[in-house]
Amino acid sequence: MRLGESIVVSAPPELVWEYLEEPGNYLHFMSGVTRWEVQGEQRSGLGARYRMLIRVGSAEVGGLIEIVEWNPGRDMAWSSLTGVDQRGRFRLRETRDGRTRVELRFQYGVAGAGLVGWLSEWVASPTLGSHLRRSLSQLKRQVEHERLRAEAARRRREREGAAAS
Amino acid sequence: MADPATFGERATQNGGSSHATQVHSRAFSDRLAPLGAATRAGGAFTRVGGSVAEAGKTIAGGLLGRAAEWAQEQLTADLDDRDPDYIRENLPLAWLAATLWYRAEVRDMGNVPEQGPVLLVGNHSGGNMSPEVVILPLAFSTYFGVERAFYQLAHNLVLASPVGPFLRRYGTMAASHEHARRALASGAAVLVFPGGDWEVHRPSWERHKVDFAGRKGFIKLALAENAPIVPVVTVGGQETALFLSRGAWLAKLLRVDRSLRLKVLPISLALPWGVNVGDLLGHLPLPAKITIEVLPPIDLREQFGPEPDVDEVYDHVTRVMQETLNGLAAERRFPVIG
Repeated sequence: MRLGESIVVSAPPELVWEYLEEPGNYLHFMSGVTRWEVQGEQRSGLGARYRMLIRVGSAEVGGLIEIVEWNPGRDMAWSSLTGVDQRGRFRLRETRDGRTRVELRFQYGVAGAGLVGWLSEWVASPTLGSHLRRSLSQLKRQVEHERLRAEAARRRREREGAAAS
Repeated sequence: MADPATFGERATQNGGSSHATQVHSRAFSDRLAPLGAATRAGGAFTRVGGSVAEAGKTIAGGLLGRAAEWAQEQLTADLDDRDPDYIRENLPLAWLAATLWYRAEVRDMGNVPEQGPVLLVGNHSGGNMSPEVVILPLAFSTYFGVERAFYQLAHNLVLASPVGPFLRRYGTMAASHEHARRALASGAAVLVFPGGDWEVHRPSWERHKVDFAGRKGFIKLALAENAPIVPVVTVGGQETALFLSRGAWLAKLLRVDRSLRLKVLPISLALPWGVNVGDLLGHLPLPAKITIEVLPPIDLREQFGPEPDVDEVYDHVTRVMQETLNGLAAERRFPVIG
């Protein structure tokens, strides 16, 4: 089963990417995710591994995932190594007005599970779709909030600099 | 590490298909060996295998005896019967049952230590169609991955039933001290229900009571293997039917307590049978909401000293489980609905 949602964030792609590349942020904005832990030495980038779990119905589902595509400011994709089969992707594209369209794609399933597997994917899809939408809303809120804070800090520094001179 | 007879040698032999017959016969004798000394641990683990064969021969001669021998063969002790791929492919089915039928909620699975042997000790409910035996392995396998070995101990008659071969692939083993010891020694997590058939068939009005019937074998097991105990408390299972009586008196009356070592012959009102005596064919459980809470691990020697008193540990474990069950019961507003 493949799901996808998108949202426009009022910030440039670099700022959104900066937020996405920090693994510590995922528990703050990814809805339903109960664990997103760095596994190994590498914190981010191509080949970084995480143990992630997401609550779906009666279970926390997930496993070990690895970043398989890392194109700063544009694309980040992961694939599962253990647990339920999954692939995910953040796709960032700049809009004409300088904002960022963020698309979150998520594919999941259990190979070999047959008809029952398909049924469970179908039953899980509303919950997961809702998680994706909420995750993007929270990402937008967090990034835009960060942007406002950064701009406020810049203005404060400018005022302080002007007052000092 | 695991018993080399179970893993090392047999893995090698299994690799050579020309020795399949020898391997099978060896596997069979390996399996029977622990059964001879099977299942003492505080009474939680019952010895049925040999006695089933004896009883069958006594009661109805050769035919029943052969059936009993077949049943005995099902009581495998082989850890290799657990099949991670099979478990993984069947996770969706278990997830559907847990999510849609039981609306199950499992809390704090993260309390289970990330690695090493661990003994999960649960209260048991729901008769022979116990919901937690589906929900807990699902929760464990999705949380830690099917790669982490997880075994469950079940009554021998369950494994001797037609679903026994499927259960063995899930990691279910006949309840015996030896089987549990082997699994823990291999570094696996093991789930036991010390209350066994006594607790699982308790009347519905005792649904919020932890009743291990004084069985303390799990503590000796944890001490012997130096494994932490993780209590697991379930509420809701005893609402999947109306359990009227354990039927201990009926088991005595029909003498199955002697012939089949069945201490209980439960009586319940359950779908689709109506009055259900024995629950041997199972029943259709009501879709009661099941909530499971996993408690923090108890390191026995750290908490009770180098030589823990078994009675003290038993009181502690059952007390914290009962307190948790009381809390979970207080959250429920209606039976079945939750």
